[in-house]
Amino acid sequence: MSSSESATGGTNSEPQPSSIETTGFNKQRRYFLIGASAAVGGVGIGFAAVPFVASWSPSAKARALGAPVTLDISKLRPGEMLGPTPAWRGQPIFVVNRQPDALERLEAPNDDLADPDSDNGEMQPEYAQNPWRSKRPEIGVYIGLCTHLGCSPKPFFAVEPEPFDANWQGGFFCPCHGSRFDMAGRVVKGVPAPDNLPVPPYRFVSDTVLIIGEDEGSA
Amino acid sequence: MAEGQEKAAPRTDKGLMGVVNWFDDRFPLMETWNYHMARYWAPKNFNFWYYFGVLSMVVLVIQLLTGLWLTMSYVPSGEGAFASVEYIMRDVEYGWLLRYLHSTGASAFFVVVYLHMFRGMMYGSYRKPRELLWLIGMAIFVALMAEGFFGYLLPWGNMSYWGAQVIVSLVGAIPVIGPDLMEWVRGDFLMSGITLNRFFALHVIALPLVLVMLVFVHIVALHHVGSNNPDGVEIKKNKDANGIPVDGIPFHPYYTIGHDLPAIVMFLILFCLVVFYAPEMGGYFLEKPNFEMADPLKTPDHIAPVWYYTPFYAMLRAATYPLFGIPAKFWGFVVMAGAIVVPAVLPWLDRSPVKSMRYKGMISKAMLGLFVICFFILGYLGTIAPSPEATLLAQICTAIYFAYFVLMPWYTRVEKTKPVPDRVTT
Repeated sequence: MSSSESATGGTNSEPQPSSIETTGFNKQRRYFLIGASAAVGGVGIGFAAVPFVASWSPSAKARALGAPVTLDISKLRPGEMLGPTPAWRGQPIFVVNRQPDALERLEAPNDDLADPDSDNGEMQPEYAQNPWRSKRPEIGVYIGLCTHLGCSPKPFFAVEPEPFDANWQGGFFCPCHGSRFDMAGRVVKGVPAPDNLPVPPYRFVSDTVLIIGEDEGSA
Repeated sequence: MAEGQEKAAPRTDKGLMGVVNWFDDRFPLMETWNYHMARYWAPKNFNFWYYFGVLSMVVLVIQLLTGLWLTMSYVPSGEGAFASVEYIMRDVEYGWLLRYLHSTGASAFFVVVYLHMFRGMMYGSYRKPRELLWLIGMAIFVALMAEGFFGYLLPWGNMSYWGAQVIVSLVGAIPVIGPDLMEWVRGDFLMSGITLNRFFALHVIALPLVLVMLVFVHIVALHHVGSNNPDGVEIKKNKDANGIPVDGIPFHPYYTIGHDLPAIVMFLILFCLVVFYAPEMGGYFLEKPNFEMADPLKTPDHIAPVWYYTPFYAMLRAATYPLFGIPAKFWGFVVMAGAIVVPAVLPWLDRSPVKSMRYKGMISKAMLGLFVICFFILGYLGTIAPSPEATLLAQICTAIYFAYFVLMPWYTRVEKTKPVPDRVTT
């Protein structure tokens, strides 16, 4: 505005604008116009932002690639995990076979677990709310990503002392930040991971064929 | 100085001066040059610590130039990225050199920026009237961290992949909206080529533009308020008859040729030694698992970020207690983000009557020393696998890191300071 001269002490000798600034202009009208323009412009920017924000969501192609997958588990051997690790939505899926001794350890009451009855967390369907967290006790199906920061835990199924736990009962160990899970993917107390390993939606087509990504409810 | 003569010199439109005058009539050429270089009065007592601002700009130019050239051969897709980096390394003429300059440049950037920031903390360069200058600098620092993070995914090695997975998972720790937000950031149900592609766009267009603009306003703000100096004395308070600070010397040629040029040459020599003889720096600049392609089904045995993030990564891991029913990982995120941005409030935390560490009291000196030691310890802890002892040490160091800031209003007020001289000392 016109007060800039005094501020800079400048030498420009342009005449003081004796304009609409100083002669009576309608203040209220000016503020109304500024406010109205800002409001309409703001709404416009909001609408204009929609395509930019929405384009970051998973595309149709990404969603299609996230469709359910069919899995043959006939090669899954007793007491082992299916390998090579299959993927659903690109995430590693752990399919575990548990023998009676392992099931017995799962069913025994365990005070070390943070959430033994699978009450917390989003991806724990009803059929996961049992000691073995699965539809069939011997077959466990879990998403193999640590609920802490998403590393993939490693299977340590042997019941033997491990560097990370002298009293190890078999399960999964995450090398990134040291979270531990039991053979049913239940998280141990006092580790960084807050929740049990997620259970994906899945259903049995036959004894040896699984569909991951949908269950009886969602099919 | 040549102040009087310059004004008196008659205008000649012959030779080179004619060209200059032609531009001057149409663009503030000499005015800009004088304002920022030839008649920018810098305190005469700059020392070693004043090299790192200009060196940051040198590294910025190296990164822009080599980065632009790398995009000419790089393929930003899940299928092609890893192979294209190997192609650059083996088949593109001098591609290995461009890439090593860029990867070493990333580490060099953080070396000089950390030293530049330490200089500001030591000499109180964030104090009035330089608060905004400091805030712009903090914005540059945060943008630089984001730039490095996005760039680190691009080679699509296994450490790139899982490192980014861990950091993006932090977003998922935000209560309620976290999981959906994480999917939105990745554009997929996991880190994928889609994520890689958008990180590439952010790394080569969005953040470089932001960085260059921020650096520009950083310099504009600096030349408006004037440079601080090791004594923390305002040289503008003591001017001669011509309005020139008596303790000021023209930035050009005294600092450009006399101070910065030798420093740039020395820096480039050291930089080239690393580029040619130790570009991987024993796994600290380029990590070993990154020579294997990204595998979404296999996490490397040990995840560690590049060295310049490790102090903050160690603080992230140091948060192990859930609070208010929110899991520890969210608090880890809060602690890490807080540690990165908390220096921004320094101008309002420092209540000392003096600016420079030279005249502050013992507590300030001790706190700054502890702060630096803890920063180094945290930096080391962030590179090693977690253990209960390491976590405890990280928690102690995190506490001291924040204590440096939180207690500052108190200890800068109660301690006994030394008298500040009227003029800068040499």
